[in-house]
Amino acid sequence: MSSAPGSGHLSADIVTRARELIGLYPHPRSALIPICHLAQEQDGWLSPEAIDEIAALVGLTPAEVLGTASFYEMLHTEPVGTYVISVCTNIACMLRGAYELLDHIQDTLDVRAGATTADGMFTLEEAECIADCGRAPCLAVNHRFVGDVTPQSFDSLVDGLRAGTMSDDIPRHGTLVRVRRQGGLRVDDATIRAERETAAAKATGGA
Amino acid sequence: MTITEAPRIVTSRLEHEDSHTLERYLATGGYEGLRKALSMSPEDVAHEVDAVSLLGRGGAGFPAGRKWSMLRKAATTYLVVNGDESEPATFKDHLLVERDPHQLIEGVLIAAYAIQATRAFIYVRGEFALGLERVQSALNDAYEHGAVGRDIFGSGFSIDVVVHPGAGAYICGEETALLESLEGKRGFPRIKPPYFPAAIGLYGEPTVVNNVETLSNLPWVMINGSEAFTALGGGRSTGTRLFALAGHVRNPGVYEVEMVKTTFRDLVFAPVLGGGIPGDRELKAIIPGGVSAPWFGPEHLDLPLGQDEVGEAGSMLGSGSIVVMDDTTCVVRAAWRITRFFWRESCGQCTPCREGSGWLEKILRRIEDGDGREADVDLLMDVCDNLAPGVSWPPQQTTICVLGSSIPSSIASAIRMFRDEFLVHVKDGGCPYG
Ligand SMILES: Cc1cc2nc3c(=O)[nH]c(=O)nc-3n(C[C@H](O)[C@H](O)[C@H](O)COP(=O)(O)O)c2cc1C
Ligand code: SF4
Ligand code: FES
Repeated sequence: MSSAPGSGHLSADIVTRARELIGLYPHPRSALIPICHLAQEQDGWLSPEAIDEIAALVGLTPAEVLGTASFYEMLHTEPVGTYVISVCTNIACMLRGAYELLDHIQDTLDVRAGATTADGMFTLEEAECIADCGRAPCLAVNHRFVGDVTPQSFDSLVDGLRAGTMSDDIPRHGTLVRVRRQGGLRVDDATIRAERETAAAKATGGA
Repeated sequence: MTITEAPRIVTSRLEHEDSHTLERYLATGGYEGLRKALSMSPEDVAHEVDAVSLLGRGGAGFPAGRKWSMLRKAATTYLVVNGDESEPATFKDHLLVERDPHQLIEGVLIAAYAIQATRAFIYVRGEFALGLERVQSALNDAYEHGAVGRDIFGSGFSIDVVVHPGAGAYICGEETALLESLEGKRGFPRIKPPYFPAAIGLYGEPTVVNNVETLSNLPWVMINGSEAFTALGGGRSTGTRLFALAGHVRNPGVYEVEMVKTTFRDLVFAPVLGGGIPGDRELKAIIPGGVSAPWFGPEHLDLPLGQDEVGEAGSMLGSGSIVVMDDTTCVVRAAWRITRFFWRESCGQCTPCREGSGWLEKILRRIEDGDGREADVDLLMDVCDNLAPGVSWPPQQTTICVLGSSIPSSIASAIRMFRDEFLVHVKDGGCPYG
């Protein structure tokens, strides 16, 4: 049996926000991926406890949640570093030295792509195109984009991250959207339809 | 050079640092197009869009107005925005989402009104953290302003718009995979038919899926009218288009240019656009339209940037991406990297795509690494033929979605244009470019 929603692992705030998300969709399952992002905001990854609780929230089994989440690159089912560095090596970046940059990064951080540094600070990934090709070679740290990267600019980026001077620009891994939804209709499609029918009847009858 | 004086339709605001704010948006004509649309009947708005021949900017180039007209009549209808942009070297929607989110939202509302959608979803690629924040902030402000939500601008039209983050999977850009993903499932493309979500889409209801750039054109169309739009471009390719220019050019970036009247040469070499190739090296090949497209050589530079013009020449404008490769580029390596992408991103449902991509990647890698055999070049073409029989353009379909049949494009281009280079790799036991 999965644990009940609000049974403890996810914070009360995250559970409230998860319920708000569910309310935005005609079917609760649609909120699954946004809620997984929220769980990562808390833990940095999707722990088995979080998966149990998400399953209960959206009315799925934990296996269904894991099976879905594991399809997606951004959802981590194992712990990752505080900073996930995604270095694009796709065609536009490759033509402008991405693999040479990746070599430098692997040497500097002393970690291979796909692994996490011993201190748990950095996870390095070789990424597919991150849609910042105009500034190739480029990378993202926790999905915040950094373009025209040179070995020198990478080294100062790492210094800044280690010193903790960049946390406003680059929050710790898992925090994706820091803007909460405000306003909105919060009525279902049936209500919208009914309102439109009334309006249309008025328009034809009363004009 | 023929850089035209065409107005900027979707990038008019980008010179302003604060182009993403409601304040700037309202100061530059924002939400006037929506007001105009709401003063017309939904049918008239749809008709206006049909009249401009607005070809979809997401890749397939299907006219937006016609797509809307194919909607199955039903009580519940959805509008879904494709903001998943993950085609390699395509980075135009990223710009629009981050720098002009209100323009997108206004386009969404105009389309939603025209098709009388009951709800709209903006699916934004999960990696676009700033873009997601910008669209959500803009939406919050738009609600506050009365442009979204109940009884918009006193018109009686109500609609809710939901921003939905993806989570990292290229295949979710394919519209039926996107709908699966929006339903909270793995991004597996759906079996066709039905060919269009307009018949059976999100939760089985009729659904229109449109690209970010496609919808971002709508506010301008409403304000300036269909004639002003069709005066730009040529043939079916009306208006302007965003081109994401990358690779070996002096000024990589996103450029909005008039369709048909501008050529590949203009885009790559004009000083105000690409600015030419660094070090004045020679152009070896260009990849138009995203990595699914066959490559062009220097002889194609004077081709106009129009959907049918490029299609007839054997490739496509596709996602509006153009990658320039100079004469120092190893084409084996380029084809390998593109194939590696498809291998990593194949969803795995279809055998030709799942297995073919992996085999092709391995063969290309061993040629590049100097372990290739002479028969490998023909073997590559043979595997390509299994994926898309005849390796023709447009490719024949053997798989659930066109990702699979797109894999041969780059490999076949590289071999047809530069077969000798493959053989040199094999004979010399490695890459001559180092
Ligand atoms: C593998 C694959 C990936 C795609 N990726 C995208 C994408 O990232 N963005 C997009 O708008 N369309 C993408 N498309 C095209 C969509 O399926 C669809 O045609 C498009 O979103 C429709 O919008 P439009 O008519 O406004 O262009 C992709 C198609 C395929 C086959
Ligand atoms: S062609 Fe490839 S990506 Fe498309 S459905 Fe088949 S396996 Fe998946
Ligand atoms: S190819 Fe690297 S960001 Fe697009």
